[in-house]
Amino acid sequence: MTNTDRIKQSLAKRYKRERRFQWYGRAAVFAGFAFLVVLMLDIFTKAYPAFFIHYVKLDVAYTAEALDLEEGATEFDNANFRGATRDAIYALFPEVSKRKDKRDLAKLFSSEAEFQVRNRLLNNPSLFGSTTSVWVLLDDDVDSYLQSGSKTARLNETQLAHVQTLQDAGRIERRFNTVFFSTGDSREPEIAGVLGATMGSIFTVTVCLLVAFPIGVLAAVYLEEFAPQNRWVDLIEININNLAAVPSIVFGLLGLAVFINFFGMPRSAPVVGGLVLALMTLPTIIISSRSAIKAVPPSIREAALGVGASKMQTVFQHVVPLAMPGILTGTIIGMAQALGETAPLLMIGMVAFIVDIPQGFTDSATVLPIQIYLWADSPERTFVAKTSAAIVVLLAFLVCMNALAVFLRKKFEKNW
Amino acid sequence: MNSGTLIVVIAVLAVIGYLTGRFRSVALSGNKTGGQVLHSRPAYYGYATAIWCGLPALLLLFLWTVFEPVLISGMVVRQLPAEMQSMSTGEQSLVLNDIRLLATQGGVGPGGTDMGDVAVYLQELQRTSSWIRNALVVVVALAGFAWGLSRIRPAFRARIFVESATKWLLFACSAVAVVTTLGIVLSVLFESIRFFGEVPPADFLLGTNWSPQTAIRSDQVGSSGAFGAIPLFVGTMLISAIAMLIAVPVGLMSAIYLSEYASKGFRSFAKPMLEILAGVPTVVYGFFAALTVAPLIRGWGQGLGLDVASESALAAGLVMGVMIIPFVSSISDDVISAVPRALREGALGMGATKNETIRQVVLPAALPGIVGGILLAVSRAIGETMIVVMAAGLAANLTINPLEAVTTVTVQIVTLLTGDQEFDSAKTLAAFALGLMLFVVTLLLNIAALHIVRKYREQYD
Repeated sequence: MTNTDRIKQSLAKRYKRERRFQWYGRAAVFAGFAFLVVLMLDIFTKAYPAFFIHYVKLDVAYTAEALDLEEGATEFDNANFRGATRDAIYALFPEVSKRKDKRDLAKLFSSEAEFQVRNRLLNNPSLFGSTTSVWVLLDDDVDSYLQSGSKTARLNETQLAHVQTLQDAGRIERRFNTVFFSTGDSREPEIAGVLGATMGSIFTVTVCLLVAFPIGVLAAVYLEEFAPQNRWVDLIEININNLAAVPSIVFGLLGLAVFINFFGMPRSAPVVGGLVLALMTLPTIIISSRSAIKAVPPSIREAALGVGASKMQTVFQHVVPLAMPGILTGTIIGMAQALGETAPLLMIGMVAFIVDIPQGFTDSATVLPIQIYLWADSPERTFVAKTSAAIVVLLAFLVCMNALAVFLRKKFEKNW
Repeated sequence: MNSGTLIVVIAVLAVIGYLTGRFRSVALSGNKTGGQVLHSRPAYYGYATAIWCGLPALLLLFLWTVFEPVLISGMVVRQLPAEMQSMSTGEQSLVLNDIRLLATQGGVGPGGTDMGDVAVYLQELQRTSSWIRNALVVVVALAGFAWGLSRIRPAFRARIFVESATKWLLFACSAVAVVTTLGIVLSVLFESIRFFGEVPPADFLLGTNWSPQTAIRSDQVGSSGAFGAIPLFVGTMLISAIAMLIAVPVGLMSAIYLSEYASKGFRSFAKPMLEILAGVPTVVYGFFAALTVAPLIRGWGQGLGLDVASESALAAGLVMGVMIIPFVSSISDDVISAVPRALREGALGMGATKNETIRQVVLPAALPGIVGGILLAVSRAIGETMIVVMAAGLAANLTINPLEAVTTVTVQIVTLLTGDQEFDSAKTLAAFALGLMLFVVTLLLNIAALHIVRKYREQYD
């Protein structure tokens, strides 16, 4: 047998191995895809119910008698709205008379209902004395029963029958969940929302941007254009590369030890969170800004220097403006990273339960990723949908930021 | 006037400085009268004045803000009764906190009249300090303004001055990275040394029992916490190993496929798709691992008759592996495409099939770079926090069974620091010692990885 024959014999085997190898590659790529698809599908299907909420129509008697007020009263601060709300609920089911059954009935409605009843009157005092229908929220257990049809242990058969009655009477309506986008956190799932966390995120990322962008760009300009070749500059470069790989939680420890314990800055404040995230995103911004500055061709610099500009004028009037799209792209990606970061903010006390919507940089606040973390830990089942919905909100922000970065790159990128 | 308004005042003064400097330089120049011509363009005289006006004042404000609390605390402590002065720093800081609260909110403190007096003293100190600060800063700004204006002469080389000042600013900005590293090292090291003062380093590094529950009262049962970190290290390595078992084959194979086989169109679609996985926030992975993957694995395990913990290392490791796939694949992609064409063409010319070329020529050539990339991926897995906080356990089990719950270094840092305890307890200090370990290990991994990658690159350049 000659060598050629031997090679020919083995050829079929080798080609088979070749094809198998290609299939491994395909399988690996598709494993990545499959995971991405499963992750997104899982989140979106879980989130879907949270974007809708059920309201029920109550006929509330805003009479002096029901509200325990004098005839012709104009101040409603002392009015018994809870009583009036309860009365309206009981009026729907005249056959329920026992104390325990009445309590079960009242549990079908959100504890927020009486405030909705109250706000309706405060917004429109002329309703006093009349009976009006008010749409109020249902309890979260009832809501999730109506969303998915799954019965929870917290609802008994009579309660389910009551819900059915209300539905048959056309008193229940499914609406887009605006509450979710307009409130802060709450222990009651039906009125817990992401506005507080979103505002916290916006404040935090703003601080991060204001600190990290100028410092990062100026540092990149120095290292790319002015830095001499010496040990100090080497040290700085090594440091930046290492910082890029330091685990984010270590930045949290830094924030706790330095900003909070040493400088005595307030815990849970967006300003501290922003500073910590700024230190964390600084390497990203410096590295991408440097490559953007490096991409500006030397001919631009030489032309500017040739007509008599100083080095500083060349850099700030020609090089940096031309590198700006690349710098902004890198900055936006860094900010997206900061927006999704959780661990360092846990360290500086942004995990507190905060109902109020933060109004400034030093108010106690939480951010979207931490809101997700807190809700994911909650025992109430409806919080699973809330968590997923908060994730969808967070992902929407990230998609917008990345789309902006891609747009900037496509629109302003120059091939010199 | 708080420091915010003060900064605005300084900024306004600096703008006024810019404008006056600019006009004054034009007025002084001899362009019209035939005298001396300005050295720089007028704007530079404006900038120079603004720098003199703003920079010293801002520096003063910064230093004042940094050192004021320390000085004031020292002065307040000296006012305290003798028995309070002899307390440990931890207790003293608690007392100081009470006093500060008293000073800002008023009312009578729990410590009786003494503390009330001190609070009034503190209030007075703060008021005086802020007065002195405001006055000093404004005076310095105005003095800088006057000095800047007085220096304006046609011969003054304003552009040179402004440019060298700018250069220093640029240098300061790039030095922030060094300051950050220094800050990390010092803060972590400082607290760790205090921790090792209470717990011997050998117990921490070699002990196998981790239960950091130190008692609040000394007579409580089980009051001495145990700080043996071996179970945490083993748990961290177990979860990282599972993650690498997923990430390395999948990441490497997809990088090979995308760089060697895939068509250009598919590559330009598939690469960004895979990179989305890297952009998903880790808290989302954590949620997915805890609520979807963990119950799934538990269910499968029960179907096979296995006892799977609901917070198994497997679930956290799997999801972490998926998170790291794009990281491994993008580094491997870079390294594989950096292998010179000549090597590939030589092998193909000898009659090797494509897969033989890749396996016997390209991969060995790219191996150092890939190993470096994998080391970086390991350091990322070790430092990853949210996935393990949400999906891994809290109890420290010394086991390498992936179906049991283990805990990791990062999980313990989070649990130790998010509970309610005073800052100086061994419990919180232990978190910093763990942070030190984390920092050192990831630093070593990164240095090793960068070294390997750099060495490899030099081979072909």
